[in-house]
Amino acid sequence: MADLRSVTPEASRKPSPPPGGPPGSGKNTLTLRQRLYRFDVKSAPYLYIAPFFIVFGLVGLFPLLFTAYVSLFDWDMLADEQQFVGLDNYARLIESDQFWKALVNTISIFLLSTGPQLVIAVLLAVLLDARIRARTGFRVSVLIPYVVSLVALGIIFSNLFGHNYGLINNVLEFFGFERINWHSDRFASHVAIATMVNWRWTGYNALIVLAAMQAIPRDLYEAAVVDGAGPFRRFFSVTMPLLRPTLIFVVITSTIGGLQIFTEPKLFSDIPGSNNGGSDNQFQTITLFMYQVGFERFDLGYASAIAWTLFLLIVVFALINFLITRRIASTGEDRR
Amino acid sequence: MRCGAVVPRGRSTVAPTNREFEVRDSTMRHLSRTTLTVSAGMAAVLTLASCGGGGGGGGGGDGEIELTIATFGSMGYEALLEEYEEQNPGITIVQQHTGRSPAHHQNLFQKLGAGSGLSDIEAVEEGHMARARSASSRFHDLNEIGPEGLDDRWQEWKYTAGQDAEGRLIGYGTDMGPLAMCYRQDLFEEAGLPSDPEEVAPLFETWEAYFEAGDEFTSADIGSAWFDNGSQVFNAMNNQLEFGYYDAEDNLIVESNEDVRHNWDRVGEAIEGGQSAGLAAFSNEWENGFADSAFATKTCPAWMMGPIKEHSGDEHAGKWAISPTFPDGGGNWGGTYLTVPTQSEHPEEAAELAAWLTAPEQQIRAFVAEGPFPAQVEALDMEELLEHRDDYFATPDVGPLFSEAAKQIERAQYKGPSDGDLQDNVFGPAIQTIEQGLASPDEAWEQAVRGANELEN
Repeated sequence: MADLRSVTPEASRKPSPPPGGPPGSGKNTLTLRQRLYRFDVKSAPYLYIAPFFIVFGLVGLFPLLFTAYVSLFDWDMLADEQQFVGLDNYARLIESDQFWKALVNTISIFLLSTGPQLVIAVLLAVLLDARIRARTGFRVSVLIPYVVSLVALGIIFSNLFGHNYGLINNVLEFFGFERINWHSDRFASHVAIATMVNWRWTGYNALIVLAAMQAIPRDLYEAAVVDGAGPFRRFFSVTMPLLRPTLIFVVITSTIGGLQIFTEPKLFSDIPGSNNGGSDNQFQTITLFMYQVGFERFDLGYASAIAWTLFLLIVVFALINFLITRRIASTGEDRR
Repeated sequence: MRCGAVVPRGRSTVAPTNREFEVRDSTMRHLSRTTLTVSAGMAAVLTLASCGGGGGGGGGGDGEIELTIATFGSMGYEALLEEYEEQNPGITIVQQHTGRSPAHHQNLFQKLGAGSGLSDIEAVEEGHMARARSASSRFHDLNEIGPEGLDDRWQEWKYTAGQDAEGRLIGYGTDMGPLAMCYRQDLFEEAGLPSDPEEVAPLFETWEAYFEAGDEFTSADIGSAWFDNGSQVFNAMNNQLEFGYYDAEDNLIVESNEDVRHNWDRVGEAIEGGQSAGLAAFSNEWENGFADSAFATKTCPAWMMGPIKEHSGDEHAGKWAISPTFPDGGGNWGGTYLTVPTQSEHPEEAAELAAWLTAPEQQIRAFVAEGPFPAQVEALDMEELLEHRDDYFATPDVGPLFSEAAKQIERAQYKGPSDGDLQDNVFGPAIQTIEQGLASPDEAWEQAVRGANELEN
């Protein structure tokens, strides 16, 4: 510690009083140059990290706070003066059937996408981690859905899931099943949208998990083998606990993304450009509802209230997920 | 702030940009728009430079004026704008074209609220005029700043719909959508109905006759429905009422308006009788339905000819016919206005250009180029329109046919502030729930009334 400190200006200042200054006049008699130097050393770290905070303040924090402010008004872009309504927008939101329906839809789609997605991603990672031919080729190919334009994906999937002329229903009918109306049946529409999300994100998450898997020291596995652990035991007792930090990261980012699903339901809608999410809002998510209120009805105060409610919901969900994930994969560290 | 740090990785499910949806339209359009914006920027720089070069000469006579015009969809103005530039040296025009109407109008109302960033001329579609009228102080009164003597240019209903409550004219009408009935002659014959335009006319005389013919057609059971979807019929019926969702004081009257309820019940009955193909308008399924002969009639504004040809394809050429007889008299569906926002720096020049573009001579040329049907009285009797033929249809004289349909229109229904929203997001979806078998007509009606009241709050 002492060595380190001798480098800092506070320490180096004492032994060498400023040249030309009256001796013994104390610390108030630094030269301009010394003051600048001191200021530089003290402030430089803040300056270096400042760009992030300035940009974040402008495009992150300011909109966040301004949205909270707008949510207290009956905000009409075309009006000259905005009317203050207090928490009325929030009260209206809680009473709105559409909001609760959108919330249930969002959570349902989120569960249908995040759950299977993580399980498949981990399994895929295990497969990709194995000694197989053309490993790099397989690893790259799982990422392809992620690279494909989301809009193209939406158009293709909404075609696949068409009721009368969609490929999936044609196949179902061929095998003697009933046609499913993917756009009118609430649960079926959630499954269809979750399929789009899973198609796009499973490979991405698999690669993240794979990277973490490869960072696990191989001697741990060797030791486990020597101890007589089979492949399943090795997976659950070695791999899973050591994947914990990665799984937490994946779960939290999936939660944030999953609760904000927008493009998929928007493009899934049978009527192009519609924000209704189906004839009876079967698959309208909260962000889609927010977009409809804000940019179709131009009711910005109400839309801001939805935005803030969504923000708080995401915080709550992320916390719950964090706790659950800790429990699931906690065995290794907690025993120590 | 964890969320701030993580968001950039996001799912790209957040904050859709307009651009994202325009891609659906056509990349070409998007490109050309970008190019235009860039060239607009460059032109602005050049203009500034030339002003600077004048050395404080105080403008020096007729300085270069740059006018911008924001359009959407197919308005057919490209060639006309070039011609106007040639005729008026000193004026350059930059067109900012957006493919889809929602993106265009979202941009319009955002910048109208922000107070800057709009073009000198902004196109506003009929369905958005109510909102524009409610902010009419942000638009110029074209009677004040534009050329005089234009009052008689348009059909009266078109002219008055461009006025605000105080009678200020905020938009010059461009086009309209006179309604006719399109029908498949081959399917009519197959079901044992008359198919010749003159013999068919009685079937399309009234809505009652139309639905009765629908029952007859459906009972023949040839695998096609009578109409594409209930909303397209219900909207056409509702538009013929003097008052629809609102009264003249902008009060929501859906619950007390018996005519609306009557139309609802009639359409609901027809749907339950199997007359609807249940294909939501403009959906992929609907587009496929044309080629699959899923329905035999289609409420048909003039601009619907394009989609019919495109989606039915060559194999159905000569099978679609158009009947000028429309149930219970004609109607209008769609149409656009040109407005000059008060933000404009050259309002008078802009109004002059808008007046020129909406003159019958120019609108006829726009019609020939891209198909928007002119809303000007004189245009209806012009040769270019009357000679317009389309051999795709079994009734190829589409020009005189729609001209006839246009003359039948006597009035336009008064549109309240959320009229378009009610139609697209409340009543339309509720009808769809009947078609999807999720609700009875009565239940769907209650859902619609609830939705309408929630929207009004």
